[in-house]
Amino acid sequence: MVTSQSAAAPRFGIAVGPLLYYWPRTTVMQFYADVAQSGADRVYLGETVCTRRHELRHAHWLEIAQMLREAGKEVVLSTPVLVESDSDLACLRRVCEQDDYLVEANDLGAVRCMRGRPFATGPHLNVYHGDTLAWLASLGAVSCAVPVELDGNALGALAAVRPAGVLLEALVWGRMPLAFSARCFTARHHRLHKDSCEFRCMDYPDGLAAVTGEGQPFFALNGIQTQSASCLDLCAQVPEMAAMGVGMVRVSPHATGTLDVIGMLDGIRAGTREAAPSGITPAGAEASNGYWSGQPGIRWHDHEVRA
Amino acid sequence: MRAGPWLSPPIPKNMSATPNPLAPAPAVRPQLVAPAGSLQALRMALQHGADAVYLGLRDATNARNFGGLNFTEADIRTGVAEAHARGAEVLFAINTFPQMGAVRQWHHAVDAAAGLGADAVIMADPGLMAYTRDRHPDLRLHMSVQGSATHADAIELMREQFGIRRVVLPRVLSVAQIARLAKQTSVELEVFGFGSLCVMAEGRCLLSSYATGDSPNNKGVCSPAHAVRWSEEGGTMHARLSGILIDSYAPGEPAGYPTLCKGRFSVQGERGYVLEEPTSLNAVSLLPSLIGMGIAAIKIEGRQRSPRYVADVVGVLRAAIDAACADPARFAPRQEWQATLGRHAEGDQVTQGAYDRPWR
Repeated sequence: MVTSQSAAAPRFGIAVGPLLYYWPRTTVMQFYADVAQSGADRVYLGETVCTRRHELRHAHWLEIAQMLREAGKEVVLSTPVLVESDSDLACLRRVCEQDDYLVEANDLGAVRCMRGRPFATGPHLNVYHGDTLAWLASLGAVSCAVPVELDGNALGALAAVRPAGVLLEALVWGRMPLAFSARCFTARHHRLHKDSCEFRCMDYPDGLAAVTGEGQPFFALNGIQTQSASCLDLCAQVPEMAAMGVGMVRVSPHATGTLDVIGMLDGIRAGTREAAPSGITPAGAEASNGYWSGQPGIRWHDHEVRA
Repeated sequence: MRAGPWLSPPIPKNMSATPNPLAPAPAVRPQLVAPAGSLQALRMALQHGADAVYLGLRDATNARNFGGLNFTEADIRTGVAEAHARGAEVLFAINTFPQMGAVRQWHHAVDAAAGLGADAVIMADPGLMAYTRDRHPDLRLHMSVQGSATHADAIELMREQFGIRRVVLPRVLSVAQIARLAKQTSVELEVFGFGSLCVMAEGRCLLSSYATGDSPNNKGVCSPAHAVRWSEEGGTMHARLSGILIDSYAPGEPAGYPTLCKGRFSVQGERGYVLEEPTSLNAVSLLPSLIGMGIAAIKIEGRQRSPRYVADVVGVLRAAIDAACADPARFAPRQEWQATLGRHAEGDQVTQGAYDRPWR
């Protein structure tokens, strides 16, 4: 939480996105115990990628939710992004039927399951323009995470037309989720069937990088999800985002660096730190920020940091 | 082969005249929906038995915004007249996501579809559906595959909100999942029968903009031609997208288009097709089950393909759907159909993809 804020310091909330990887339960518990002590304001919880993963059951997530709430964090429970199997549907229902926490709807079906109760929308709901945002708001959306490919100008324009009471949120750090498939690419790499995948994704706490024939890291495999190999770093753009009306910036959990990035963002809004690229990436990953300036997302551009 | 259009025909008389309590409910013939990237392709589709064609304008308002492809408004007027004269429908794709600062372009496409007499519009974006309902309340709405509606709640939301009449199902669902959906919604289901395969859930794939800046969602393109560069070094052909090496082909190895999910990359030192092989979807052998569950339409992918492709693939699908409706129990894909489809497949390979999930 922000305690002392100078007049010039940007105002924004810090969100920790849902954990996209499959970590051992003790690692997950420790991670959220650390988050509880951090400057994060909002924490998204739950399995959004693959509902075959079972290290944490719904009850475990609720335990973590309770712990975080007691630490003063706003907890949001996230629904699966690609809903097709029975276990996806069951997970969706469990999350949407509870009333204790706000829900992040990650597909249109989740929006329907909320039946008018307030909800947040995840980055895969494809909110590219004001009419879609207004429609979601009319159904109960109070918060909206924008698509990662949205550039800075479009984000500013969207923020300018956001309905009253709707918070805009943008990812500022972490490997970017780029695609989802019914197929598991981690299992495919290990020549395993999806239904007997041996949960190999647990071996890759930040995903499994795929490189081009010239050794350029391109994307990262994370089960049914394909991510960018590079790590988005828009920490330098956070004041600009806040000035546009983006109310919340999202950090995506990684095995290392997440808490440091939260600390840097907290320092930026406290006015104790200049906004600058974090310089922190998951092991082996390069930084990228191309989407912000309407370029390919994989690229890095040095931007003049606006005061 | 049966030529000529079909008007979503009623149940054939010979199937309803002799009720047999043990026989399954008589099948309704699904509409055959063909791609039209040009007026020439549209004519081929109609001549070879398509019940409907789908098309779009020459801009980012549809998901096949490729150079030299698609329709002027004058061409659409001609195409609609020719289709209607043969009893076929024209489905107008406006299935990308309106971009801030350019929303008017998408509104214009909707107004054009209504003004030019399209039978339905195919859309992915709820905000655009809201505009359409407001301005053109009688225009039939189909949910595009790009809308990523994978289960009944998603489909029903769009029916309740916008009165969608049909949904094109993402190519991530199995036949069993589609059968279940068919029982859970009154919205017509349209599925892909043949064509290039997206291994990713459509409308939620940003791989292309990550590499090139342009994606299906924001520009209506995937792995766009303007970003492709070919080069040769010592007989090896390299295919790049915005400088990123997507694949390399040894001398004599057939080279495909560098669609980035079908490129060869290395994971833990092992090179291969990490996401998907160059392959096409072929669901012909599944037609009896699809028809049996009441699928309303079978779609052929490929607005970017040649009029010859459209003619051949429509011809085969027309014959196959007719055969599957006439005698579903004894239906088997004919060798010559599969040979023709195989010739038009990507990498000369076909798969039933998520429908039967060999990788499950």
